[in-house]
This record gives sequence, structure tokens and C-alpha cells, in this order.
Amino acid sequence: MQADLTVILLEIILSVYAIAALLFGAYTSQDRIASLLVWVTAGLMTIVALWIGVTGDGTRTAFGGMFNDDGFARFAKVTILLSAAAVLVMGQEYMARRDILRFEYPLLIALAAVGMMMMVSAGDLMALYMGLELQSLALYVVASLRRDSVKSTEAGLKYFVLGALSSGLLLYGASLVYGFAGTTLFSGIIEAADGRAPLGLLIGLVFVIAGMAFKVSAVPFHMWTPDVYEGAPTPITAFFATAPKVAAMALFARVVHDAFGGVVKDWQQVVALLSVLSMFLGAIAAIGQQDIKRLMAYSSIAHMGYALMGLAAGTAFGVQAMLIYMAIYVTMNVGTFAFILSMERDGRPVTDIASLNMYSRAQPGRAMAMLILLFSLAGVPPLLGFFGKFYVLRAAYEGGLVWLAVAGVIASVIGAFYYLRIVYFMYFGEEGDPIETGKSPVLWGFLMASATIMLVGIANMFGVEAMAQAAAATLVN
Amino acid sequence: MESNLLSIITFIPAIAALILGVFLRGEDETAQRNAKWVALIATSLTFLVSVFVLVGFDPNDTSFQFVEERQWLLGLQYKLGVDGISILFVMLTTFMMPITIAASWNVTHRVKEYMIAFLILETLMLGVFMALDLVLFYLFFEAGLIPMFLIIGIWGGKERIYASFKFFLYTFLGSVLMLVAMVAMFAEAGTTDIPTLMTHQFGSEDFSVLGIHIVGGMQTLMFLAFFASFAVKMPMWPVHTWLPDAHVQAPTAGSVVLAAILLKMGGYGFLRFSLPMFPVGSEVMTPLVLWMSAIAIVYTSLVALAQEDMKKLIAYSSVAHMGYVTMGIFAANQQGIDGAIFQMLSHGFISGALFLCVGVIYDRMHTREIDAYGGLVNRMPAYALIFMLFTMANVGLPGTSGFIGEFLTLVGIFQVNTWVALVATSGVILSAAYALWLYRRVVMGDLIKESLKSISDMSKRERAIFAPLVVMTILLGVYPSLVTDIIGPSVEALISNYELALAEADAATKLAAATE
Repeated sequence: MQADLTVILLEIILSVYAIAALLFGAYTSQDRIASLLVWVTAGLMTIVALWIGVTGDGTRTAFGGMFNDDGFARFAKVTILLSAAAVLVMGQEYMARRDILRFEYPLLIALAAVGMMMMVSAGDLMALYMGLELQSLALYVVASLRRDSVKSTEAGLKYFVLGALSSGLLLYGASLVYGFAGTTLFSGIIEAADGRAPLGLLIGLVFVIAGMAFKVSAVPFHMWTPDVYEGAPTPITAFFATAPKVAAMALFARVVHDAFGGVVKDWQQVVALLSVLSMFLGAIAAIGQQDIKRLMAYSSIAHMGYALMGLAAGTAFGVQAMLIYMAIYVTMNVGTFAFILSMERDGRPVTDIASLNMYSRAQPGRAMAMLILLFSLAGVPPLLGFFGKFYVLRAAYEGGLVWLAVAGVIASVIGAFYYLRIVYFMYFGEEGDPIETGKSPVLWGFLMASATIMLVGIANMFGVEAMAQAAAATLVN
Repeated sequence: MESNLLSIITFIPAIAALILGVFLRGEDETAQRNAKWVALIATSLTFLVSVFVLVGFDPNDTSFQFVEERQWLLGLQYKLGVDGISILFVMLTTFMMPITIAASWNVTHRVKEYMIAFLILETLMLGVFMALDLVLFYLFFEAGLIPMFLIIGIWGGKERIYASFKFFLYTFLGSVLMLVAMVAMFAEAGTTDIPTLMTHQFGSEDFSVLGIHIVGGMQTLMFLAFFASFAVKMPMWPVHTWLPDAHVQAPTAGSVVLAAILLKMGGYGFLRFSLPMFPVGSEVMTPLVLWMSAIAIVYTSLVALAQEDMKKLIAYSSVAHMGYVTMGIFAANQQGIDGAIFQMLSHGFISGALFLCVGVIYDRMHTREIDAYGGLVNRMPAYALIFMLFTMANVGLPGTSGFIGEFLTLVGIFQVNTWVALVATSGVILSAAYALWLYRRVVMGDLIKESLKSISDMSKRERAIFAPLVVMTILLGVYPSLVTDIIGPSVEALISNYELALAEADAATKLAAATE
């Protein structure tokens, strides 16, 4: 028991902190301390991430295999915690100025982070569900954080109803899997599904995949994404676009490899289909968007398609490619949302793309950083975004999915159009009513850092390649 | 011996761009002048350093020289080097860039960004011709789209938005298929090292995909994927339609770079990748490429005849001239490939100069309509002389470099396919028709248009810009072995490897048939 607790020590620390701070906040009921809490929470998450990154070693399991602490989980956790901390810090000023910085916000994010850490470490369908629900419940609440806004509450409600439906699908699938495998432990399922799986188990697998596809917002389970992205306050949108996506994708990889690694051929086609649909829908539907948050929603759908392409390969290299892709994706999105958070006119947030007209005139430095991020999102070399695509393409080719690789590059050309459209507004447009982008040094710092990483990272990717390789090796063997 | 000379050449312009971006502030006249001078000095310096490479280059050694190599991500490598085929393209780039910058001296709109874009573009173009790693090549090849997209979009003409998007998406679509083929090559051969891949035999057994029988198998598919990219870049008929739009809308210097250097990447790609790496695929597709070239020569020459816009006319003439290049390359004999490379270099000087000629009068009159001009010889004698020289060179008059390129490619193709040669030769006459007619309408005749009465002849700066181009065009026209001596041995090695690989593949097929 003691040994089990040491394995989940960091999760316990984060939960205890969140609950204690929640109690304290509830008794004093002061939103004054919210700003402080944002910084403390972000700091704590960074420390935990560094702790995991520096001291983590080897593979440990707890609670009879329900919880794994391995290289794969650690890679995902570090990415999740760092991006969550970054997004918290970025959104602090935005929320304070618009009077929606409640003290619950950083704590809900912390609880969601605990849920995500649980998800990526899950070794059992029950543990998986616990983590998933802890994360989702926290997210439902933060999506509707702006209680007096119709859009925000609508976003929260939509997310909740559809999320509940997907949880239902996942649970139904899990029950089928349990029925046919006789266990909920991944290590048990993989024995039951070695080489040839019974039909019921496969149906269960499909339902589980559907539930997880909802969380990564892969087509055809993506419908909630644009509305939630648009309706939620921008800092929350930034959060949705980063950490939960990494967690859900890591969970996806864990389930298909840890539990169903014996029947790769059976799930490969499902994942490949999700991938190709997401890439094309994300690329095509984004073309007509006028709102940059909706556009980023479709962009994230397309990006999930590429990440799934890596997963669809069904190899260790595929998982490595997926992890690298997600790390790059999160970095790009942190920078892009730092910029979107700073867009305003007369102190009110603006999300209209056309308002960026001739932005490069007013702010050449920021416009240049955005230009780099947009080309990187589009996957144009020599920026880091291209390398993400290169890894997943290679994984797909080696996994025998040449058609998927060809479809992926064609979708990337279609997708390039709408990123170019933003560049068009920033650089080629007509002179118009200018937007302001605030003076926040925090947002400026994140934007510039992210753009610099896109440019400099091509030299050696800061060692992420080797880390991802080690992480993937612990998952697939 | 490890030398960093190529890296130095490649990154001088990028460093200059970085200096401009970080240290230069403001939009006033001093800042603009400083930006121009920094760009001019950086590009001239690049040219000077590249002369050292040319001097130190040994033409009789057909392997890659000045090679530098470092490990990179994912088993890729940062590897640069030049051989007889690529060195002259490097020289062409470094030679043309100072001229381009000098030709942009009149730019007043966002000068700093303009110079940065051109400097970055130079780095990327040089990288393309030097890269000896597949992915590194792709990186440079594609990244060039970003600055060019901005150059057309920000400093272009009225329809610049349409032209810039068309340029970007067209060429991007062409290249992504090449990326898939590169991934496939990486997976099959286990390396992205270009010299190794040039000797690697990719599978050439026929197979069927979705019921379609593919002769040459893997190699044909890879050839087609690369072909999609290079044919668009070249551009070949019928995927040339982005070029007239891009040319017309781009600023003068943008058109010069596009015509003189960027178009050559396609031809270089065929020589570096298609022929040596997929010999069987190339052989299978040769008839198609040859006929596409022949059609390009005749069809685009006819289209050029009908143009009202000077830049568009020259753009179509570029497509026609690139037709000789593809024809020469796929003739796959010494004269053909020598001629193709020669034609590319000579076209770099001539078309660059022609776009500059248009730029000279556009700067004065702000129109490119042919009808707006006439009788310029009366007020601009020096201009008339220079324009005539390059018009003649474009037609392929003996004594100019244009003649050598066209003649060699036609000699090459005649040995392979007489019918294609016959059709292509008619293009020589057509090119005389549209070029001379253009010259007559713009320069000859009486000066009757009121608006032209006060037009002034070329300034000293403009004459200085044309001087090196005039020298090169005539020098290469009367002394072509300057070029052929350098490219000859490498081309010879390329052809003998190509024929050897074909013979081997043929023997392997026969063996397989015999054992069955």
C-alpha cells in the first residue's frame, strides 16, 4: 500500500493542494486571491513537471497494475503540466480585466490536470474512466465559467451533454470488453485479445475508440469543438486546445497498444479512417471561418488527424511520431493563443480575422512571430511544424498506410490556404481600423518564445526526439 | 579536407537579413538607404566568396566537392556539396542577386522587409543547389515559397493577392507528393544521403495498383511524384498557368529572381533526382516528357504572340524556353544535357535582363501594356540597343548564349526522336516572331504618343546593372566551352551511370523472366 502511494505521490500532492485551496477560497470567498492562486498553481504544476522530468526513471505500477508510471506516461505528463501552466499564466490578465477570474478557475484546471495525469497512467479501464471523468467534469465547469454570457453557458452545456454521451459510449464499450475478456486490466485484455479477438471484444473496442475520438475531437465526433472553442472565454479555449488534447491522445495510444496491442490490424483501419476524415474536414471547414477561435478549432481537428496518422501506423515509431507531433502542436498553439488573447479593440476582445488588417504595419515584430507560427501550423518547411508532419508521414509509410500519407499531404495543401488567409490579412490587406494587442509582456513573451522555438528547434528539437523515442519504447515492445 | 565555404556562402545573406531585422529601426530615408546597402554588400560578398569555390573547383573530378557533413534529427544529415552540375547554378544565383538588389533601388515601400525577404530567398535558393540530403533539399526547396509569397503579395501589382495564393498553393501541391516519395525512398534505402541514393537501385519490377498495371513499378511512381513537383516548378505545359500570373504581378526584382533562378530548380531537380535515382522510371516516361516539351514550345510561343502585356509575353516565352530544357534533359545524351544546362544558365541571364528591360520603362510610365509604347528608340537609344541585344538572345541568334543552348538541345533530341525535334525546331521561328514583333511595337517607329515625349534614357545605375548581363550573354555565346568544360565530365558520368543502371535493370528483368 505504501509503495502504491509513493507511485502516485505527485497526483496526491496536486489534489490535496487543489482541495485545500478550494476550501480556503470557499471559506474566505475572496476572488482577490485568484491571481495569486493562478501563479501558485502554475508554479506548482511546473515544479511537478520538472520533478517528473528529472527524477522519473524506470517503470513502476501501483494498485495491482491499475496505475502505471512509465516513460510514456512521464513524457505525456510533462507536456500536459507545462502547457497547462503556460496557459494559466497567459490567461490570468485577460480574465482579471474582464472580471471573470474566480478563485475556482486555477483549482479546476489543477484538478483537470490530475485527471489527465491519471488518464495517461491508466492501466485499467476503471482507472481510465476515473481520470477521464475527473478531467471532463472540471472542463465542463470552466467552459461555462462566464455565467452571464449565453455563449459561454451554451458552450458548457453542449460540451457536457455531448461529453456525457461519449462517456456513455466508452462505458458501454468497456463493459463489453469486460464481458468478453473477463477483466478490466489492460494486461488481462491484451492476453484475451492476442492475435485473434472475439467479436464482442472488437465491438467493445470500437465503442471505446469512439469515446476517445470524442475527447480528441476526431471526425465524426468533432461537432462540439467549434462551438465550445468559440463560446468559452479565450483562456479556456487555449486550455482546451492544448493539455486535454495531449492527454486524450496519450490515452488513446495507451489503450490501443497496452490493451489491444495484439490486434493492431483490427483497430488500425478505424484509426486511419478517423485520421483521414479529421484531416480533410479540418482543412476544408476552416476555409470559411471568420472567427479566429472557430478557425483554430478546425485547425486542431486537422492536427489531431495528423497525430492519429502516427498512431494508425501501429508501431513504436508511430507512437514516437505522435508524441513529437503533439509536443510541437502544443508549443505552436500556446504561441498562437498568446496572440489571440492579446487581440482587442477599446479594451474588448476581438476574434474577427478581418480585424487583423495590415497588422504587420502596426506591430512588425508580433506579426512576424505570428507569420512563423502560421506557416509552422501549415507544415511548411523549414519550420518545426513540418518536422511533425514528416515524422507522422514516415510512420504511416512504414506502417503500410501509403494512401493515408498521400491523403495527409493533400489535406495539408488545402489546409495551408486558411493559414495563408490570415497572413493575407496581416500583410496584404487594406489599411483599416487597427486593433490593439495590449502591452502584456507575458503574452508577448509566450508568442516570441513559441515562434523562436519553431525556428531554432529544427537544429536538434531540444532533445525531444530521443525522449519521445524512449517514451514510445516503453509503450510498444 | 573539411571546408565550410559552402555554409558560409549559404548563410551570409541570412545573417545579413538577421542584422537588418534586429538592428535597423525606422522607415525614414537613412534607414532605407542603409537597408539597401547592407543587402547589396551582403549579396556581393556572397558572390565574391562563391568565386573562390569556382576557382577551387576541379571539373575533372565528378564526385561532390567542398562537402561538409553533420548529423541531424531522425538520421537525417546536414550535408552540402557541389559537383559539375550544381556549381554553375550556385554561381548563377550569387551572380544574379546583387543585380536584383541594385535593380530594386527605387523601392520605397517597406524597404527593410523587402531586402530581408530577398536575402532569405537567396539563402534558400543556394541551399537547394548545394543540399546533399533529401530532406534538407526539400526544406530549402519548399521554404523558398514563403519569401516569394510575401514578395508577390506585398510588393506586387493590382492582382497580387490572387497571384500570390495561386503561386503558393500550386507549387505547394506539386511538392507534397514529392515529400511522400522522399519518405518512401528514406524507408526503402534507409538513408537520405543523395550521393548514396544516386547509386541505389530502387525496385523496378512491374506491379499493379488498383488494377492499373504500372510499368517500371516503384521507380515510375516515384518518378511521377517528383515529376509533379519539378514540372510545376519548371514550369511545363500544362501546369504552367501559375507562372504568367506570378510574373505579371511580382515586382521587377521578384520576376527576375523567379525567371532567372527559381525556375531552374525544376531542371536541376530532374538532373539531380529523376535521371540518376529513377533511371527505369525516367525511361518509361521519356516519350511523355518529350512530347509535353514539344507542345510547350509551340503552344506557349503561340500564346505569347497574343499577349498585350509585356511581362506576360516574356513569361510565356520562358515557358517555351524551359521546354527546350526538359527536352534536352530527357534526350539523355551528352549534347542534350549539356545544352539543357547551358540553356538554363543562359535563360537566367536573358530572361532576367528582359524583365529588367520591362522594369526600366515600367518605372517611368507605370504600365506594361505594349500598346502604351512605341518609338522609344527616338528618346532612349541606349535602351533600344540593350533591349535589342536581349531580344536577339531570346530568339537564339548565333553569337549570343541563347543560340548555343537551343542548338545543343535540338542536336541532342534529334538523335533520340526526330519527330519531337521537328516540332520543337518550329519554336525557334515562333520565338523570333513574338520577340521581334514585341520589339517593333515597343521600340521602333515614330514617337507619336504624347505621354512618351518626355521619357528619359537609362540612368548610370541602370546601365551598370545591365553591363554584367550583356557581358555574360555575349561571352557565353562566343566561348561556350567556359561552361561545357565545367559541366562536361559530370554530365558524362551522369549519362554513363544512367545507361549502366538501365542495362542492369534490363538484365535483371531478363534473368527473372528466364528463371520463371
